This record gives sequence, C-alpha cells and structure tokens, in this order.
Amino acid sequence: MLEIRWHSRAGQGAVTGAKGLADVVSKTGKEVQAFAFYGSAKRGAAMTAYNRVDDKPILNHEKFMRPDYVLVIDPALTFTADITANEKETTKYIITTHLSKDEILQLQPTLQGKEVYVVDCMQISLDTIGKAIPNTPMLGALIKISGMFEIEYFKNAMKHVLKKLPQKIIDANMLAIERAYNEVK
Amino acid sequence: MAEIMELNEVEVWDGNMAASQAMRQAQIDVVAAYPITPSTPIVQNYAQFLADGYIDGEFVMVESEHAAMSGCVGASAAGGRVATATSSQGFALMVEVLYQASGMRLPIVLNVVNRALAAPLNVNGDHSDMYLGRDAGWINLCTFNPQEAYDLNLCAFKIAEDHDVRLPVMVHQDGFISSHTAQNVRPLSDEVAYNFIGDFKPLNSMLEPKKPVTYGVQTEEDWHFEHKARQHHDLMVNSVTVIEKVFSEFKELTGREYKFVETYNMEDAEVAIVALGTSYESAKYTSDIMRSEGIKAGVVALRVLRPYPHEQILKALENVKAVAVLDRSSPNGAFGALYNEVVASMYQSNNRPIVTNYIYGLGGRDFTLEDIKTIYLELVENAKANKPTTPLQQFIGLRGPKLSFF
Repeated sequence: MLEIRWHSRAGQGAVTGAKGLADVVSKTGKEVQAFAFYGSAKRGAAMTAYNRVDDKPILNHEKFMRPDYVLVIDPALTFTADITANEKETTKYIITTHLSKDEILQLQPTLQGKEVYVVDCMQISLDTIGKAIPNTPMLGALIKISGMFEIEYFKNAMKHVLKKLPQKIIDANMLAIERAYNEVK
Repeated sequence: MAEIMELNEVEVWDGNMAASQAMRQAQIDVVAAYPITPSTPIVQNYAQFLADGYIDGEFVMVESEHAAMSGCVGASAAGGRVATATSSQGFALMVEVLYQASGMRLPIVLNVVNRALAAPLNVNGDHSDMYLGRDAGWINLCTFNPQEAYDLNLCAFKIAEDHDVRLPVMVHQDGFISSHTAQNVRPLSDEVAYNFIGDFKPLNSMLEPKKPVTYGVQTEEDWHFEHKARQHHDLMVNSVTVIEKVFSEFKELTGREYKFVETYNMEDAEVAIVALGTSYESAKYTSDIMRSEGIKAGVVALRVLRPYPHEQILKALENVKAVAVLDRSSPNGAFGALYNEVVASMYQSNNRPIVTNYIYGLGGRDFTLEDIKTIYLELVENAKANKPTTPLQQFIGLRGPKLSFF
C-alpha cells in the first residue's frame, strides 16, 4: 500500500490533485482512495488531502496515515503546519518553495536528515496556467521522485482526466507538469 | 429523450457521485430536494446532469427538507418514480413526512449521507440520523463504500417499487468517509442499469382519472392499528422476499453479492465485531491483521437494518465466544440501539456469547485500526474469562479519562 498526504490551503486544488492522481492510477488496474479533511472549509484555510494506492481493494477507512510521501503545495505550510506528523523513516517530502533545499533545511530544522525535494510549483503554475494552482505541477514532481509512471504516459492520462477543460488550459497544465518534473531537486 | 452518458469500465467516484449516477440512470420522474452537507453533491451532480440533458425528469428546488419530502410524497402519490437525498438536520426536519411516505406506501428512494446531529454543530459522519429514522417504516439499506452506494441505489428503486412491497427505501452511506472519498467504482452502462431497474409500474396513482384514489386519509381506533400492522407485516414478510430476489438478480448481472447480514472471517471466529457502515471494512482489514497474530477475529455487518435480520444475525454469531457491538450514535442514557437489537437476538440463541457495547466515532472522530485492535484484544479476554472483563458499555476514541457504563 502506497500512502500520500497533501498539505494545502482550501482552493489550491489538493482535493482535485488527489482525485486526479487517483483517476490516473486507477487506469493502471490499481485500487485507489482519495479523501480530504475539510476542517473549517473556508478558502485559504490549511487542509490535508490523502491518497492510498494498492493492488487489492482498499478496505481501510481510517483517516490516520503514516505517509510514504508528503506533498506540500503551499510554501508557508512548511512552517505553520505539522508536515512531519506520523512520518516514517522512509517518508519522502516534496515541498513547494522558491527557496533552495539548503535554505529550507536551515529555516525548518525538523526536515533535517529527511529525504526532502523542492520545486517551485507556485511560480510554475503562475508561468504556465496563469494562476497560483500548484496541484498539477506537484503531480509532475511526484511522478519524477516516485518513478510511478513514465512522464509521457502520465501526461496522456492526465489529458484524459482534464478532458472537459478548454484545450488551452489542458496544454498549460501539461507544460506545468513537465516543468515540475524537470525542475524538482 | 435523455442523452446517454458514456462511462468507463472503472470510474473513480466518491460515494455522492456514485449515488447521483445511479439516480441519473434510474430516469427518475421527480426529484424534490434541498441540499445539505455532506449530501449536497448528490443533488448538485443530479442538477448538473439535468442541465446537461442527461435527465428527462423534473427537478424541484424547495424551501426546506420538510418541503422536499412533501414534494416527493406528492409526486410519488401522483404516480411517478421519485427520489431525493439529505443528511443530519435536513433528515431531522423530514422525519414527520417520512412516516407519511411509508404510511401511504409510497416507493420513494432517499439517500441518507449519514452525519451527526447538532448541538454542537458538526458536519461529519456518524449514525445519529440513521438511528433517528429507523422506526419510520422505511426499508434501510446500508452501504460501506462508493461502489455499494451505486449498487444499492439501483436495487433500492427495484425493491421499493415492487407491487408486493410499495414501501420507501433509504440508502445510507457514511458522511465524508464514503460520500467524499473517491474510490474505484465499476458502473453499469446506462442501458443495463435502467433495464435492471425496469420501467416504473404505477399502482393506485392519484392522477389516474379512471380510478381516482385518496391519499392521506384519517383512521382512528377503528382502522389505524390494522393499517400499521399490515405495513409492518409487508415490511417483515413481503419486502424480505423481494430484497432477496433483487439481490440475487443483481448478483447474476454483476457478480457482486449482497446479503442481509455480511460476514467476514466468521467461519471459525471466536471473537467478532458487529458494525455498520465503513467501519465494517476497516474491521475486515484489521481482522486479517489479528489472524496473522493468531487471534480468530471476525466481522459482521447489517446490510439491511430494516427489516431487522434476526435469523441471519443468529446464524452469523452462532459459534463465537465474545462479541462487540459498535454504535456510532450517542446512546443518550441507554445501551446503543444496535447493541440492544443484537443482544435481543442472541437471547434466543443456544450460543450465549459475552456481548459488550462500544460507542465510537461521533461527529466524525477517526475510528482507527488501533481502536479496532483494542476492541479485539478486550474480546479475547472476555472469551477467555467467559464473562465481561470490561464494563458493558465503553466509549472508544474519546479524549480524556476513560468513560464507561453498566
């Protein structure tokens, strides 16, 4: 079982990202689960979303999770949310930030000694989609770090998930995924 | 003519989408609804399908849940296929009309996305609303994941509308844990799903000019008792046969099997958990873990809460030594309601297991695998001692000092 926790603000697309990922993964014959804690459900409020992926039907409905991946799509949450909660020794962190990895580790010492990757999903989404919606670029970064899929396979599958959107938006999302895939480090 | 929606063999839907897709495929004549969290997306998706041309029926936006169910009663009495959805406070406001619907023998389908009742205000899942409606004369089907929310919506229309039944049906799913959790769902095509349900067959339609009928009459001590007794009889006898038939036809069509009482790892189980909703699946998962540690753990769930499956509960628990019955609703001064019912059944059994009651998960409090393990380990002690080693009723997952009664 692969488990992923997203840290986001309501409105940044973590739920859509988690569901989009689940959609793509389900096409490979895997069983998936995507859910979220909505909290106060106000735009801008800190929230978490979750993915489970397994070869068997997923029966576990507990919200508690020891994640394999933690995806932080709002830069400030690295400092204000408990992003290392219930971590394992092997938990990998992918963090949206304009800072370098060294700068992040200096500013947030709890991440020292952990497997941390950084990517500026905010800037990428602003450059490509024109809005600060960092969810799709984060998926690109996750695909790179996890090696879950070939990037071209993933992009094609995401095109299918986004098929109801205008072509211009789909193209911008594809660009965002590719840039994050290439830029995460 | 409604548009056909092309669906994938495997969709990733949350429980709300699953329910609304089944409603779309049923080609309902009238949906009267007033949205409320966490069932809002059912109504919202349905309205979107209608706006996009996938539905021919009427969608009536009303001013309250009391009006929503009243609209459903009117439309159903007029002679059409009718359904709606609600949760929690909305369900509470519907309660008066729920009894009208069942008493008038109207085959309405109601999706109940289970949520806590205020105060304090809480939008998350527990079974307070399910318990509030359990004596309302409706058939109650329980689902444990989005696939089942889809499947049992299809079954619900077929059961409710059968002329031997003509009783309304609730389809329950856990708020957020099922309703907002996307999982793999394998839907039927629009044609196959509709043909499974079949065309609506009117009976005593109010809008049938050749044979006018009255709905909502008054009966006092002369006939009231006979009406209620007949309704209970049809729920206890007729609906059982029809539910069995519909489940069996559904299995033939899809390979997916539903039973009045679902069991897992019960063949040789010594300790068992009885639960409703998504907790059944989490307990299944945990029972496998317990078995890997040498504990013969099993799980039982009520798929059909009403009519209450007494015989099947007796059978499911005929060999266990200790049972925990879980209630996800504040018992407010008594044992949990499910506990009372299961214990009433077990009193008729030659097997007299030790039965204890756990109150859990109120207002969406996470029900963790650790909680479930704790319960199994306490059951093992009860089984060894052949008497309760804990108080009969315990709160689990509650912060602060341990709370227990009886």
